[in-house]
Amino acid sequence: MPGKIHVNTTINGEATEFLCEPRQTLLECLRDTLNLTGTKEGCGDGNCGSCTVVMDGRIVTSCLVLGVEAAGARIDTIEGMARGNQLHPLQQSFLEHAALQCGICTPGFLLAARELLENEPDPSEERIRWFLANNLCRCTGYDKIVRAVQDAAKQMREAKA
Amino acid sequence: MSTNYRVIGTRPIRHDGADKVTGRALYGADINLAGMLHGYVLRSPHAHAIIKRIDTAKARALDGVKAVVTAADFPVTPDRIVDLGEGETPLSCIRGNVLASGKVLYRGHAVAAVAAINTHIAEEAVKLIEVEYEVLPAVLTAPEAMAEGASILHDTLKTKELGEQTGRVSNVAEHFRHTMGDVAKGFADATVIVERTFDTATVHQGYIEPHNATALWNNDGRVHVWCSTQGSFVVRDTIACVLDLPVSQVKVTPMEIGGGFGGKIPVYLEPVAALLSKMSGRPVKIVMSRKDVFEGSGPTPGSHTRVKMGVNAEGKITAAEATLAFEAGAYPGAMVGPAAMTVFAAYDVANVTIDGYDVVVNKPSTAAYRAPGAPNAAFATEQVVDEIAEKLGMDPIDLRLKNAAKEGTRRADGPKFRKIGCVEVLQAMKASEHYRSELGGPNRGRGVAVGFWFNVGLPSSVTISVNADGTVNLVEGSTDIGGTRTSIAMQAAEVLGITAEQVRPTVVDTDSVGFTGVTGGSRTTFATGMAAYEAAQDVVRQMKERAAKIWETTADAVALDAGVFSHEGKQFTFAELAEKLGSTGGPVVGRGAVNPRGAGGSFAGVVVDVEVDPETGKTTILRFTSVQDAGKAIHPSYVEGQMQGGSVQGIGWALNEEYYMNTEGTMTNSSLLDYRMPTALDLPMIETIIVEVPNPSHPFGVRGVGEANIVPPTPAIANALYRALGGGVRLTRLPMNPPAVMRAVWSKAN
Ligand code: FES
Ligand code: FES
Repeated sequence: MPGKIHVNTTINGEATEFLCEPRQTLLECLRDTLNLTGTKEGCGDGNCGSCTVVMDGRIVTSCLVLGVEAAGARIDTIEGMARGNQLHPLQQSFLEHAALQCGICTPGFLLAARELLENEPDPSEERIRWFLANNLCRCTGYDKIVRAVQDAAKQMREAKA
Repeated sequence: MSTNYRVIGTRPIRHDGADKVTGRALYGADINLAGMLHGYVLRSPHAHAIIKRIDTAKARALDGVKAVVTAADFPVTPDRIVDLGEGETPLSCIRGNVLASGKVLYRGHAVAAVAAINTHIAEEAVKLIEVEYEVLPAVLTAPEAMAEGASILHDTLKTKELGEQTGRVSNVAEHFRHTMGDVAKGFADATVIVERTFDTATVHQGYIEPHNATALWNNDGRVHVWCSTQGSFVVRDTIACVLDLPVSQVKVTPMEIGGGFGGKIPVYLEPVAALLSKMSGRPVKIVMSRKDVFEGSGPTPGSHTRVKMGVNAEGKITAAEATLAFEAGAYPGAMVGPAAMTVFAAYDVANVTIDGYDVVVNKPSTAAYRAPGAPNAAFATEQVVDEIAEKLGMDPIDLRLKNAAKEGTRRADGPKFRKIGCVEVLQAMKASEHYRSELGGPNRGRGVAVGFWFNVGLPSSVTISVNADGTVNLVEGSTDIGGTRTSIAMQAAEVLGITAEQVRPTVVDTDSVGFTGVTGGSRTTFATGMAAYEAAQDVVRQMKERAAKIWETTADAVALDAGVFSHEGKQFTFAELAEKLGSTGGPVVGRGAVNPRGAGGSFAGVVVDVEVDPETGKTTILRFTSVQDAGKAIHPSYVEGQMQGGSVQGIGWALNEEYYMNTEGTMTNSSLLDYRMPTALDLPMIETIIVEVPNPSHPFGVRGVGEANIVPPTPAIANALYRALGGGVRLTRLPMNPPAVMRAVWSKAN
């Protein structure tokens, strides 16, 4: 059995270190080692998006990233999305639009949507659907998710203006 | 109660919202206990085989392995019939599906399990378990399984024929029949008769969260289980049966659940984790992989249906006949009963015969999936009705309206409808802007269909305790899959005259609340809502007594209106009185425990526009409207959400989803890449029209809304495709994927 590897990384802005086996995924390290269970596992093979996190400014499915790859990287997870007591406009909008039912897909959708809106403040419906097509939701039929993203985008634009 | 509601019909933010958008909500797989081991399940590589020998020695010897379990570790008790809320089932079938004994009956059937210090070691250990199989021929469809000389799954399964035990061993668990009137005469009176057969493939509920279970067999002999389930009490009772324990020895804590749709009613991992914990003396967690979910949990039956209907020249349906053969999977209990109850439920027909066959095949044991059985049946009936409308030159909604079931209409399976909203749903479809809009352009078509689900009652318990600040805590046992904490809290708030936010609902474990049935059958807002209503009434009664005590009058003389208690000009708000409970006799706790009848069935309808690409066979949904009778929509956003979610599952079922089985009985598309569920990009917005025909059996008129919405989408899309292809050819098998559409295009060309 190979020994464990010491990984130095940054998670939600905080310097973090952990030990992992070479075969462990980032998802496993986040959930089982660091107890950051807000990142979910729906498939383990990159096809549902519920394990979405942001790595060095890009969204990745953390089930397809190895724990050791976090070394030196900046990882953002759902646990870091709210600013203190202040929900992110997307989080607030998801609540107001009832854009979650069971909620298992929600962390992944929120991070993916934030990535979209940070780069494209005024995306079309088609563009939102395209960007979120990596994330599966089986409960909502996506209607309210798309509306929540549209509304959050509007509010974020207005807040900037 | 007046119908000027203050809370009901509004859209408050759900109580568990902040937890769920911040990642704080704890789902089943999120639990992490001190000293916890991780389990892994060995599954059968064969669809049908005798287990000759299992040798676990090498697995046990692996470093880090703490326990190994097989069916031989189950307690030995005589077989008996148990009813755990999903109908009567032999205990041997429940146990046999948890861990195979003697035979494996489907690829993915659990055979053994290991607990180790981490999942990777447990997985390695499972590979070291040696199993010797004698492979048997597999039967994968109902027609194959029913054929003369078919390979037999259970040599103890004797066919029940029209209510009688035949003593004949076969793969047909049961053949039943519902009859009403005289079908031969009904068809003789018909001027147009249409008869067709329809097939649907096995599909999965597709919840995003895989099954999971964590168990601790404590030193006092009590078993504590944490899991994602639709019904914590059903899990408790099933574990107790399988492990031969009194129910009082088992406690189940329902964690947040990442979707169920019926598929998280059965128990798979829980007894296995419990046994592994007993052997190792440590808590054990098992989580299914996505492949395990497809191969080892319960999908919905594949089905084979023949429907024949006749109408007279005035467009009145004179006779209807159906034969439904459903694939139960490895153990009896295909949802053919509900299919038979719903197949003609939308219509008032005097002469009906319905035959149902429950057939075992070498596929996973099927489970409920949103209105189980009804979409399979409606796919047939609603296409036949569409074809009749075309032959008569009638508008398809007008034909349905002419024959629609109403209060007093009797169904062939017995019940007479009480107040229902079939006509109102059809009228709303007809009046919709969507139905009246023009659909121009080539390769496009519009389809409509209706569907019915009967909904259920079942027991529910709620307690409400009043806090000194005028808020209340509501304790319930219904796991919340889609906002039911809030729809239940709102009903209590309405009675108490406080806001939804002033009610704090909590879903608790099986030690902490009275028995509560599954979150299923569209019952939670109806039945647990009713328990909350009763509990709130109990609180009101006690609060009035307290006010009466202070005002030196009788409780009857105290009025409650809009949250204000009053008597002869004296007043207390709910909060003012709540503050005085300590000095007037102590805490107030209200309770509600119900087992209601009259769940009040729900009808749903769909109007859909599609466009077909004749080069590739790809179907695009251009516009989709879902209409449903909610009785009374407590929280309209979550009612719309149910309608949209059910609609999109129906769209996936119609156009893509299918278990691709090879001839050996292996599912060849057991990943979310290859089992393709709809993504955001595949869909338009899903328009909703909520119809409200109050259910007379519920204080606010609620009908469950979770299920009926998945019934009409597949036939509505089929009817739309028929027109998009220019008529002349019907798609009679699900899914209607691009190859199926291309075959239809080519068959027309020839
Ligand atoms: S768990 Fe990573 S994409 Fe599904
Ligand atoms: S809300 Fe359940 S999967 Fe999206």
